[in-house]
Amino acid sequence: MPLVKLTAAGIEPVETVWTRLGGEDAVPATGAVLVPLARWQAEKDSLLARADAVGVWLAAGETADSISGDLDRLTVVALDFPAFSDGRAYSTARLLRDRFGYRGELRAIGDVLLDQLIQMVRTGFDALDVKAPVSGAAVTVETIQAALSRYSLVYQVAHDPRPPVSALRRRLAAGGQA
Amino acid sequence: MYRYDEFDHQVVRERVAEFSDQVARRLSGDLSEEQFRPLRLMNGVYLQLHAYMLRVAVPYGELTSGKMRRLAHIARVYDRGYGHFTTRQNIQFNWPKLSDIPAILRELAEVEMHAIQTSGNCIRNVTTDAFAGVAADEIEDPRPWAEVLRQWSTFHPEFTYLPRKFKIAISGGAQDRAATFFHDIGIRLVRAESGDVGFQIIVGGGMGRTPRVGRVLNGFVAKSEILSYLEAILRVYNLHGRRDNKYKARIKILVDALTLEGFRAEVDAEWDRIRGSVVEVPAEEVERIGAYFADPDWQALADNPPELAAARSRSAAFNGWVSANVMAHRVPGYAAVTVSLKPVGGIPGDATADQMDALADFADRYSLGALRVSKEQNIVLPFVRQDQLYALWQALVAEGLATANKGLISDIIACPGLDYCALANARSIPLAQMISERFSDIARQHDIGEVTLNISGCINACGHHHVGNIGILGVDKRGEESYQLVLGGDATQTAAIGDIAGPGFTAEGVVDAIETVIGVYLAQRQTGEPFIDTYRRIGLTPFKEAINAAR
Ligand code: HEM
Ligand code: SF4
Repeated sequence: MPLVKLTAAGIEPVETVWTRLGGEDAVPATGAVLVPLARWQAEKDSLLARADAVGVWLAAGETADSISGDLDRLTVVALDFPAFSDGRAYSTARLLRDRFGYRGELRAIGDVLLDQLIQMVRTGFDALDVKAPVSGAAVTVETIQAALSRYSLVYQVAHDPRPPVSALRRRLAAGGQA
Repeated sequence: MYRYDEFDHQVVRERVAEFSDQVARRLSGDLSEEQFRPLRLMNGVYLQLHAYMLRVAVPYGELTSGKMRRLAHIARVYDRGYGHFTTRQNIQFNWPKLSDIPAILRELAEVEMHAIQTSGNCIRNVTTDAFAGVAADEIEDPRPWAEVLRQWSTFHPEFTYLPRKFKIAISGGAQDRAATFFHDIGIRLVRAESGDVGFQIIVGGGMGRTPRVGRVLNGFVAKSEILSYLEAILRVYNLHGRRDNKYKARIKILVDALTLEGFRAEVDAEWDRIRGSVVEVPAEEVERIGAYFADPDWQALADNPPELAAARSRSAAFNGWVSANVMAHRVPGYAAVTVSLKPVGGIPGDATADQMDALADFADRYSLGALRVSKEQNIVLPFVRQDQLYALWQALVAEGLATANKGLISDIIACPGLDYCALANARSIPLAQMISERFSDIARQHDIGEVTLNISGCINACGHHHVGNIGILGVDKRGEESYQLVLGGDATQTAAIGDIAGPGFTAEGVVDAIETVIGVYLAQRQTGEPFIDTYRRIGLTPFKEAINAAR
């Protein structure tokens, strides 16, 4: 289950081991942790006082508003896909990025399959915790790269900087290169 | 009609490659059926009772002769020689092999067609009026906007895994021929007092077990702000629509829960932030798309040419066909012809490969190569010269395609029902066949006049029984097929959901009950009054009493 980060340089595997905590789990003494929203709200200060990295994960029904006041203190926000057919996190990502201006890492966790990575990147995720297919076939930087380059064109403006087809047409009509 | 440029071709080619890869991963076992399901559903591949079914998009119902020929070819080579045109202006093939689907998609891509978003919980193929660009009552042609919406909704990254499927219809006519009040979003072109043309936005219409007439969310949205408005609606729905129960997941349920005002407040709050922003389609792109829908070079012709009048008085059959199936065109001397896919005793909406080829030929010969699929599951030839109507009719007669029943009682909309569908309680197609045989006398049908008849095999209402002037619903009565009769539904701008007139009919019983209903109408109607108007005037009771008396 590789965690990768998308940077200007490309796709980079993340070496840090992150532990995702549930509501009841004890916070380990060391190591990077992702804590659920309620834990974050109750234990912010002690969590931030730890030496190792802390991120918050939101369940699919939890809103961007619920964390908007803390975004400047957070370097990692993770949004959970409880099933890959549950698309709420795409809109939550748009709101975190576009309405609340969050600039830190936005990580997709849960049922994150190769077939949805493009949508995730387009709605503002820049870290992907990609799940292996049922066959057990390996997910590698190469397979992630292939999944992300599947479509060379997009029709609509989203969070990512890709110009929509209409802009390419305009350039072409103006005598430029698409 | 719209033609792909290199960009559109590229998108579809890449989709074919992706789906072919997904099929290969399914066939090799890399993907479980459970994981493949949402992927295939994003591409119109359903699992039916007996086989996979492939639904091919006909964006806003527009076809060319070349596309129709390719559909015929696919029916012949990969299916059992026929296809089924649907109420959402698409075509379905009932018997393709999963391993053939990549090849079918490649063949479709060559003629600028695909199966993208014809199923799944995403924004489905946008539908419109089959007489768009033709009807005289049109404020503006909705097709350029339907194409704008097609492109905007294609692989929209945020709205691909919605709580439930999402259907949008757009209509430009004063008469609503696109059922905009029965879609998740209905869009009507309207002219403001200022003279500006924009959009009225209707939200939360639908059928199924919770039928709803859509409600007006916004009376006028400017063209330059339409995409942000739609994105605001979809974002609110995507975040707050129910996901715990698929029968409560449509946007209509969210609008009920928040109330229209509450829902509007949410949408407006989001819209204020993004309205008129980079998400909008640039004006020059609208212009570029609009140019594809420019008028052909019309010839200067007069209405009612002498040839037509002579042929009408010579042949009663032709005359009957003209009065039912031929619609006036906004351009003098032309007409829009509906080719009925509802022959007596036939399967509503089915066409054989040979018929599809014949229709393509007729389109080339008589309709500038253009065809449309109507939501009534018929084919429209939109640009026929009136002086060629007789020749066209003769050609249609030879192919068994000249049934003169458009808008009449045997122009039945029926879902697949128990013959194909795993969810069905009762058969729909055999019942449609029985009704069309019972009313096969075409002179009698013309006397009864305009009436819509819709049949669904279960409460999911794929056959739109809630909005038929006469609707029939298949129900399960202790393991027996049984039918319920509904009256007074209306899918147009005078939208209404039908009233239950009687439960517990057998198939024969429901046909008899329809006979009784028609008898009451004929006895009570005033001169020139269609069924729905008589129904509204006299109400359900006289019909119900007569049905009960006849039982
Ligand atoms: C044979 C397999 C089919 C199955 C299993 C099926 C299943 C369903 C279900 C479950 C719904 C309810 C959806 C909801 O309310 O959320 C529905 C609605 C609908 N289906 Fe089908 N359907 C089938 C075939 C068709 C066909 C062939 C057509 C077109 C001719 C069609 C057109 C529709 C329409 C127009 C609606 C309802 C309107 C709406 O609320 O959107 N379906 N179908
Ligand atoms: S209405 Fe019911 S029986 Fe008919 S196709 Fe839809 S789900 Fe099947």
